Amino acid sequence: MESLARLGRFGLNNLASLGRSGMILFQAIVARPQPLTMFPLLVQQIYFVGVLSLIIIVVSGLFIGMVLGLQGYTILVDYGSEQAVGQMVALSLVRELAPVVTALLFAGRAGSALTAEIGLMKATEQLSSLEMIGVDPLRRIIAPRFWAGFICLPILAAIFSIVGIYGGALVSIEWLGIYDGSFWANMQNSVDFADDIVNGLIKSVVFGFVVTWIAVFQGYDCIPTSEGISQATTKTVVYASLAVLGLDFILTAVMFGEI
Amino acid sequence: MSHFEDVIIDIQQLSFSRSDRPIYNNVDIKIPRGKITAIMGPSGTGKTTLLKLIGGQLNPDSGKIYLDGQNIPTLNRRELFVIRERMGMLFQSGALFTDMSVFENVAFPLRVHTKLPEDMIRDIVLMKLEAVGLRGASELMPSELSGGMARRVALARAIALDPDIVMYDEPFTGQDPIAMGVLVNLIRRLNESLGHTSIIVSHDIQETLGIADYIYLVADSSVIAHGTPEELKEVNSPQVRQFMEGLPDGPVPFHFPAVDYHDDLLQRGV
Ligand SMILES: Nc1ncnc2c1ncn2[C@@H]1O[C@H](COP(=O)(O)OP(=O)(O)O)[C@@H](O)[C@H]1O
Ligand SMILES: [Mg+2]
Repeated sequence: MESLARLGRFGLNNLASLGRSGMILFQAIVARPQPLTMFPLLVQQIYFVGVLSLIIIVVSGLFIGMVLGLQGYTILVDYGSEQAVGQMVALSLVRELAPVVTALLFAGRAGSALTAEIGLMKATEQLSSLEMIGVDPLRRIIAPRFWAGFICLPILAAIFSIVGIYGGALVSIEWLGIYDGSFWANMQNSVDFADDIVNGLIKSVVFGFVVTWIAVFQGYDCIPTSEGISQATTKTVVYASLAVLGLDFILTAVMFGEI
Repeated sequence: MSHFEDVIIDIQQLSFSRSDRPIYNNVDIKIPRGKITAIMGPSGTGKTTLLKLIGGQLNPDSGKIYLDGQNIPTLNRRELFVIRERMGMLFQSGALFTDMSVFENVAFPLRVHTKLPEDMIRDIVLMKLEAVGLRGASELMPSELSGGMARRVALARAIALDPDIVMYDEPFTGQDPIAMGVLVNLIRRLNESLGHTSIIVSHDIQETLGIADYIYLVADSSVIAHGTPEELKEVNSPQVRQFMEGLPDGPVPFHFPAVDYHDDLLQRGV
């Protein structure tokens, strides 16, 4: 009985916070947009959220591409089809690894920073103080951060793909000695723009939306103390990662699972 | 107690609770226009909450908060925006925007609410900073200020728009004696020369008694006493005496409930 009540309360709390996060998203983004005042704030946030995440994305993309090249070669060489390694590297990056790994890295690098920053603004009464001056913190603080994340993640995922493919090429062509003509030609023949690139892009747009939404909501909704902020930051990384992996399965099933 | 000639804020039967815990229960408070009113009480009783209720940042469970006839909880966002132009609030922590310099912090409300040219904004900001003695710090970032300095910058920002009502949340905490004297004078001067209505939330009994025209003592989700400083000094209720004289023992317990002190100490030695 007690555990049933606890389950019910847990469900209700989660439902309530889902409702709150929806309201915040709506008020920050859909209702009364102000493109002119937001533009400079947006540029600044794109710098913080996107440009500063570049290094980790480029380095991870390079290594993952190189590992894919190596692994792909050792598997394919048994079947005498090591020429197809370019196709394997490109397809796994564009379809899966670039959107998913970028989103996970983004949640850890930028999402947690967004949550902590907004939470600290709440704890130090900066959000209240904006409100007393007559400025809606949802529009001034939340909206530009949300849009910045939403815009940056797909671009970062594309960069991840490109760097990863070059990493794969580096290992396959320079190190393992695969003929570069067949590496690139195989890749070109097998990667389809509509099926592979657009679907990968759709994934990263969805992930960008979800990860940034979770990050700004957790910051805005946190308990304004140091423990509260640290809890909220952890929640951002955990929830965002789980959401990305779960959604990835659903999206993959819809896009490639022929259902 | 409608003995004030001119009431600017009239709080009627205000009730507010936080997750089932009552913070205010049917409270009536009247703030006289152009005077300095102090709200005093033990920490955690909801003094900051009261200021946020007046500012329309929190909505009461029931009751009315009239500001010149407008009931704040019923206002929409746009009406609140207009009415907040008339209010300045000094937050407990200062709440400076950490990504802006001292100058930009003070200029911020002017940029939001007015279309003044840049050189006028500059003049006003420098005047306000001069008033709190920090004109020289205008190019510093908030992280480079001490707590007391940050609070004074926040005061300059709170009065940037020359509001009718200035709310001070614990303005004296963390100020050195000189800054404290300056602040007390500043609050009094703003009040006298500009006719501001001031609401001060404070623990510092001596300073507050010195400048307040009227005092409300809040505890246990209600107003336990109110009156002029002279009147309050005469009140005989033990709860009021305890607070005014700063005694640790009395109806308001200073100690968290615990086992007997001696027993507790002796047990350690066994
Ligand atoms: N955001 C909040 N969420 C939940 N409880 C809060 C929040 N802010 C304040 N409280 C609680 O409300 C009570 C009154 O707080 P406050 O108005 O800050 O007290 P005071 O300013 O008199 O010290 C405190 O017990 C505090 O724990
Ligand atoms: Mg307080």
